[in-house]
Order: sequence, then structure tokens, then C-alpha cells
Amino acid sequence: MSSTAWLTVFVLAVFLGFEVISKVSSILHTPLMSGANAIHGVILVGAIIATGSTDDNVQLTIGLLAIVMATVNMVGGFAVTDRMLGMFAKPRQPRGGDGP
Amino acid sequence: MTGAWADTAYLIAGVCFILALKGLSAPRTARLGTLIGACGAALAVIVALTTPHLKHLGLIIGAIVVGTAIGLPTARQVRMTAMPQLVALFNGVGGGAAALVASVEFLRPGNAISDAATADLAAIGFTILVGGVSFSGSLITFAKLQELMTTRPVVLPAGRWITIGFAAAGVLSAVFLVPWPSTALMTLLALVSLVFGVLFVLPVGGADVPIVISLLNAFTGLTVAASGYVLGNTLLVIAGTLVGASGTLLTRMMAAAMGRPLTGTLFGAFTATASAAVG
Repeated sequence: MSSTAWLTVFVLAVFLGFEVISKVSSILHTPLMSGANAIHGVILVGAIIATGSTDDNVQLTIGLLAIVMATVNMVGGFAVTDRMLGMFAKPRQPRGGDGP
Repeated sequence: MTGAWADTAYLIAGVCFILALKGLSAPRTARLGTLIGACGAALAVIVALTTPHLKHLGLIIGAIVVGTAIGLPTARQVRMTAMPQLVALFNGVGGGAAALVASVEFLRPGNAISDAATADLAAIGFTILVGGVSFSGSLITFAKLQELMTTRPVVLPAGRWITIGFAAAGVLSAVFLVPWPSTALMTLLALVSLVFGVLFVLPVGGADVPIVISLLNAFTGLTVAASGYVLGNTLLVIAGTLVGASGTLLTRMMAAAMGRPLTGTLFGAFTATASAAVG
């Protein structure tokens, strides 16, 4: 891909990122932060690709460490977001549809 | 999985992340949004694991198992009140992982050091700098919220000038990495950025810490995008940029909800010392 193509993807994603959360209600600020945090755990994909294409032991060690850290970020991030939202649902008992 | 299929699967994962953020913006769809995001992430990891000619598959899967064994129980068992600092910790390891990925790419013989394009080296320098700041900064926010250290602003004597000095040193090492790439300079850059991350967060008071976590979260998103550029992976660029942009906006909204201007939060302690010194 050319540099311009990367720049296009980047700029469009910036606008999308602003747009997609622009109407968030303030009680959801923390879960949204946590969810976004889990999403950037996708660096795990980068860590796998970088580790899987090296033969050098130093790079392999750094790469494996990166995989462990990225997995903690991704798996832990989604799990903690879900728990956060789970305890949200109970005290607030929102509008119908969500039976007892 | 080969070329076109892998790219299509990455595209689906990217769409899942967009839907996840969208879902998380409304109470009724928030849990579904998290689920969609997790499915997208799982799909992306499976695609990455089936990359053709991937070496060390056993070790990689082992590392993923170790990471899951650390992350999942921690997230399940943490007390409700301790969740914000756990998010900070997860964010920190994510930023650290991005910096490590960039350093692997930098150390790759014949790829980074001699032949790399200027833009690649610039992206690597950016990732190590900002990823390092995010890592150490998040650890300090964790320590503050966990009350492992004082939650009050810590202001070192002449702290402002030391912080500015480390910031300048970090940016200069990242910039010099482009014309003079060397392992020594990369190590220096990593160390300076770690110290700067600590200095950056120390003066922030307890109540403002969540805002700083959100800001560091946006930082990590941008480092993920930059390392995606280095690796030539569209999904990382899209996901990282989404988090970087939405995280920046979210930081501003959080600051506004608390009635704190963002600059006041970040530089409040500096201004406080200045006025205390005057008064």
C-alpha cells in the first residue's frame, strides 16, 4: 500500500472514531474506556506476526513477552468490561425487555 | 489463511470493533457491543495464527495461554472498586506490548536498521516513545489508585524542568533514530520514555487519575496504529486509530463531566507549585 493509502485509512478512522462515540451517555464513560482499552489489545495480532517471522533468540524473547502482555490486555480488557457492565445492569434496572 | 481471505477476515474484525464502540455508547447495547468486540478480536487472532510460514507456533500459543491465565482470573476476581486501576494496568501492558513489537521490528536484521524507509523508522520511534510513556505512566496510575503510593500530587523540586527535559530528550532520540538508527539509541529512547511516563503522571492528583488513564489509553491506541503501519497490517491501523480518536474525545468528555478543563488536569500540579512558590 502506498503512503497516501495508509494516510487515507488513518484519517477516515480518526473521523469514524470521533463519530462513533459522540453520543455516549456519561454513565458509560468508564466502560467505554475499558472497552476501547480491550480493543487496542489487538496489538496481539502484531505481536504474533512479528514473533512468528523471526529467527533471532533476542527478538523471539521480546516477541513472546509482547504476546503475553498483549493477551493480558485483550482478554482481561474484555472480561473486565463485561463485569463492569454486568454490575451496571442490576442497580439501574433500565427500561423493559430485560426481564428478571 | 492466505492473502485475500486474511484481509477480508481482518476487515470483518475491524467492523466488529466499530460496532463494539458504537454498542458501548448506549446502556442497552453495551454488553452486546463488548461481545461483538471480543468476537472480532478472537477472529483477528485466529487469522494471525494461520498466517502462512508462521514460525514458533507452539511457543506463540504457549505465550497466549500464559497471558490468558494471567488476565482472565485477574479480571474475574478483582473487587468492583479496584476496576479502574485494573483498566490502567491492562492499558499499560498493551502500550508496553506495542513498544516491544516495534523494537522487534527495529532489531530485525536487514529490515529495519539498514534498509528501512524513513517513515517506518519514524513510526517505530513514535511507538517506542509513546508506548513506553503509556506503560510506565499506567503503572504509576495503578499504584496511585491501588494506594501503593500517595494519591496526592507528587511534585519534585524543579520537577517541571526535569519533566520538560525528559520530554525533549525522548522526542530528540525518536527523531535522531530516523537518520542514525542504532540499538543503543533505541535503548536510550526506551529508557527515557519510561522515565518521562513516570514524571508525566506523578503530579496528577487522585481525582484526576481516571482522566489520565483515558488519555494514556488513547496514546496506546495511536502506538498500535503506528506499529500496524510498520507491520503493514490494516486491522492494527484501523483499530488503533479508532481507539486513539475515540479515546481522545472520551478524555475531553470525561474532563468536561468532572468540570475540569483538560489542561488544568494535566498541568494543575505544575501551576499549583508555581503559585505556591509565588505566594
